[in-house]
Parts: sequence; C-alpha cells; structure tokens
Amino acid sequence: MTSLNLEALFQSKIDEEIKIEPKDWMPDAYRKTLIRQISQHAHSEIVGMLPEGNWITRAPSLRRKLILLAKVQDEAGHGLYLYSAAETLGANRDDLVQQLLAGKAKYSSIFNYPTLNWADLGAIGWLVDGAAIMNQVMLTRTSYGPYARAMVRICKEESFHQRQGYEIMIAMANGSPEQKAMAQDSLNRWWWPSLMMFGPHDSESTHSDQAMKWKIKRKSNDELRQQFVDVTVPQAEYLGLTIPDTKLRWNEARGHYDFGEIDWEEFWSVVKGNGPCNKQRLKARIKAYEDGAWVREAAVAHAAKKEQDKLPESSAKAA
Amino acid sequence: MKNYLLQLADNALILGHRLGEWCGHAPEMELDIALTNIALDLTGQARSLYQRVGELEGASSDGVSKTEDDYAYLRDVWEFRNVLLVEQPNGDFAQTIVRQFIFDSYHFYMCRALTQSTDEWLSGFAEKSLKEITYHLRFSSEWMQRLGDGTEVSHAKMQTAIESLWTYSGELITPNEIEKELASQGIGVDLNKIKPEVTAKISEVLAASNLTAPEGIWMQKGGKDGRHSEHLGYILAEMQFLQRAYPGQAW
Ligand SMILES: [Fe+2]
Ligand SMILES: [Fe+2]
Repeated sequence: MTSLNLEALFQSKIDEEIKIEPKDWMPDAYRKTLIRQISQHAHSEIVGMLPEGNWITRAPSLRRKLILLAKVQDEAGHGLYLYSAAETLGANRDDLVQQLLAGKAKYSSIFNYPTLNWADLGAIGWLVDGAAIMNQVMLTRTSYGPYARAMVRICKEESFHQRQGYEIMIAMANGSPEQKAMAQDSLNRWWWPSLMMFGPHDSESTHSDQAMKWKIKRKSNDELRQQFVDVTVPQAEYLGLTIPDTKLRWNEARGHYDFGEIDWEEFWSVVKGNGPCNKQRLKARIKAYEDGAWVREAAVAHAAKKEQDKLPESSAKAA
Repeated sequence: MKNYLLQLADNALILGHRLGEWCGHAPEMELDIALTNIALDLTGQARSLYQRVGELEGASSDGVSKTEDDYAYLRDVWEFRNVLLVEQPNGDFAQTIVRQFIFDSYHFYMCRALTQSTDEWLSGFAEKSLKEITYHLRFSSEWMQRLGDGTEVSHAKMQTAIESLWTYSGELITPNEIEKELASQGIGVDLNKIKPEVTAKISEVLAASNLTAPEGIWMQKGGKDGRHSEHLGYILAEMQFLQRAYPGQAW
C-alpha cells in the first residue's frame, strides 16, 4: 500500500472512532506528537510530586499526612503508567527522563510555583488536579488506545485528589481567621497559574489543529479553560473565598462566566524557565537522578550476578 | 501499658516520617513508590496505636479524651519513646536501607511474637501489622543484598552505613523496665526470647550481602526512656509546626 493510502486508512479509523494501537501503522508526526505529549505529561506527574512533597513532613495531622503521602505516591504511579504508554510508541523511558533533566523537555508550568502555606495543598488538589481532570477526561477518549486507557485509570485517582484538596479548602475556609487567610492567600496565588494550565489561546496554539484532526485532543484550550472556570467559580463561592479577578462575572447571554485576561507575559516567562521554582524543580530531579545512579548501577550489577549464577556452567563450582 | 504502646507507636511514626522525607527524591520512581508504601504502613500503625492509647487513658476531668494527633503533635522530645535508630537521618540510600533492615528485623520478630499477646487488642493489631512488616523485611533484605553485593561503590557505601548505624542496633533487643514488666505479664514481647531470631536474621542477610557487622561496638540506648539524639528535636520542630503555631485548629 502506498503511504498515501495508509494515511487515508489511518484517518478513516480516527474518524470512525477506532482506537489506534501500538502495532498499527501511524504517521510519523502522529507518533512524534504523542511521544512529546505523553512524555510531557509523565514529566509533569513526576515534577508535580515536588511542590506537594514539600509539605509531607509538615502535614498538620496524621490523617492529612497519610492522604498526602498516598497522593504523592499516586503521582509517581501516574508517571510510571505514562512512561510505559510512551514506550509503546517506541520511546525509551530513560531517554525521556534524560531530556527532562537536560531541560529539553517541558512539563506543566504549574509545578514551577512554590507551596508556601498548608492551604496550598488544598488549592493544588482543588484547582490543579481539577484543571488536570478537565484535560484528562477529554483524553480518556483520545485516539491512541494505550494513552486513553492510562487516562481512564489516572482520572479516577485524580478526582479523588481533587475531592481531598477541596476538603482541605473547606476545613481552612471554615477555620480560624488565620486559616481563612491562608486559604485566600493560596487561592490568590494559584488561580491564574491554574487557568494558564490550559495553554495559550486557541489562536496562538501551534499544535492544536492537527491534534484535533487526529483526535489526540478533542476540545480546544479555550473551551476547556471556560469549562474549568464555569465549574470552579461556584465552588469558590461555597467556600466564601474571592477569586482574584475583577472582571469575573456571569454572562447570562453566553451561559458562561466571563473572566479577565491571563498575564501572558508571565505565562511565557515561566514556560521559558523563569518561573519562581523552575530551577529548583529541575535541580531536585537532577539531584535525585545523580545521587541515585550508584543504586541503579548496583541493582543492575547484582541482577547480572544472579543471572550468571543461574547458568549451568558457572553455578556448580568456581574452584 | 500506655507507655509500651507509645514505644511501639513512636517507632512507627518517626521512621515513617523519615521515609516520607524521601518522597519525590528516591533513586528511581519505583523506589519512591516502595518507600512511600512503607511510610504509609508505619504511619497507619502509629495512628492505630495512638488511638488505642487515647481509649485506654480515657477522658480527662474536663471530659475530653486525647486524640491520635495530641500524641504525635503535642508531646516534646523527652516524652517520645522511640528507639534512637529510627530518628537517625536518611543519609544516602545505603543508610536508609541499613536503618530499615535493622529495624525490620526487630519489627518482624517482635510483631510475630506480639500476635501471642494476652491482650486481645494488641494481638489483633499485631496480626494485622505482621502482613505489612513481612513485606517491609523482604524489601529491605533484598536491597541489602542488591547493594551489598552489587558494585564496589555500593558495597563500600553499605559497609560504611552498617558501621555507623550498628551502635543503634542493640537498643532494639534490649528490654527497658516497661518492656520487662509487660513481658512478664504476657502482654508485651520478651525481647530476650526474640533476640536470637533477630540476630540470626541479621547475620544471615549480612552474609548473603557480603557485608560484615563491626565488632566491639558500644551500643547506644535511651530512646525508649525519652533520652534521644539531637535529631529528634528537629524532626518534631518540623512535624509539629502547624499544630504548635495554630493551636487547637481543625485541619
Ligand atoms: Fe496525577
Ligand atoms: Fe493528582
């Protein structure tokens, strides 16, 4: 079959909602786009462990400490599933990790913001996991089978995270004046970065059109962002907290909330590596990787020795 | 009884806390998951034990009983009864694994013996925890071997870790007054009885790992009676920060 026919067949499968599987023919660009997207997603899960991990030793109750440990552990699990999904496309986990450590691969900018008070752990669950869910629910229907299936599993855990985060916000918003102040401070800092999670405006987004045609993405950045604002505003009202946007109001005619413009200068500067914690996050990952090198090498060496022992000739007598 | 339970609980809490410090920084993602699992198990065990202490203490004169968090977050260094080993810093991964393995060897045989406790709550608790601890011991024993018998570098790091932590291994199997009394009542574990099993397990794994225990080392003790190393103060300062800075709040 000519490549033109293959491509037509591929697109017709996509149009008919047939999932693309690892062994199926796919255009190179589709494969590359997916590897890029899935690995960025995996990196985000792993880097995302850091801002929340920052509070494990300071969690204010044993119950919260257990929930937080379990959550950060889930994120490591998400990273692992996603790296495996990328491997089904012929990528290699170690190469992908190297790209992250070399600063060549992107991850979600949201994790380049610091966690400064305990309410941030609530805000991250509520807003960051919340925004991630908007995107990931869409991805459960993405055209590449292994990615879609990984998302189904991940989404279940993410909605758990979101509920737990919101529960922290409820406790803080209904707590002492200091706790309420922490909750408001935290919303002030996390609101705009959360809206930025959906990426640039559709008109500015370089990868969007093709990704929509291939049904890797099924909703545009702006659609998802609007959906997020619409569900989140009433949740903030319930908490009695104020969203830091003077332009935010319900638009009866549109049936949606109107909201102010994102500070795109901030968005691009964090993407380019100048967010408050870009350097620290990367440094932490590099340190873990470098400090752990001897451990990984020893594990490999030990496994090789065990393998050697299993061979019939060498097992019997060394003397 | 209360102090005996606190000894068990504080060991689990403090070691779980130390393991939590690794989360996100482990040598590989699988290890992040595994260490966090152990931290979760230990913190969970600590919760059950603190809750039980609260029940046993009952309500004070103002009608309020202590919660698990009162024990974890509102006691000071001298009131903690954990052994010195568990409060030692994570160090490199070798230190963490050796600390874990020495503790798990004690913890496993202690817990197995505790399933025979005449106290029904304690034997039930031990039954439940034994499954978790069996896994911990398997995990740390395997890593002892991987690293002890891995590369030259890993072997050297492991040997160094054993030499620096060995001084804290004796306290685990040396009973204090509380342990002696509870053992005599059949409630607590007779450490003298499990001592041969614990030392045999440690020797067996060390041999399989190509590592040697140092000889003639002075054994430090005191943690069980509230005399700690300087590390515990910093652990508590961090762990208790919110509860101390904003007393009496719900989180
Ligand atoms: Fe996740
Ligand atoms: Fe999450």
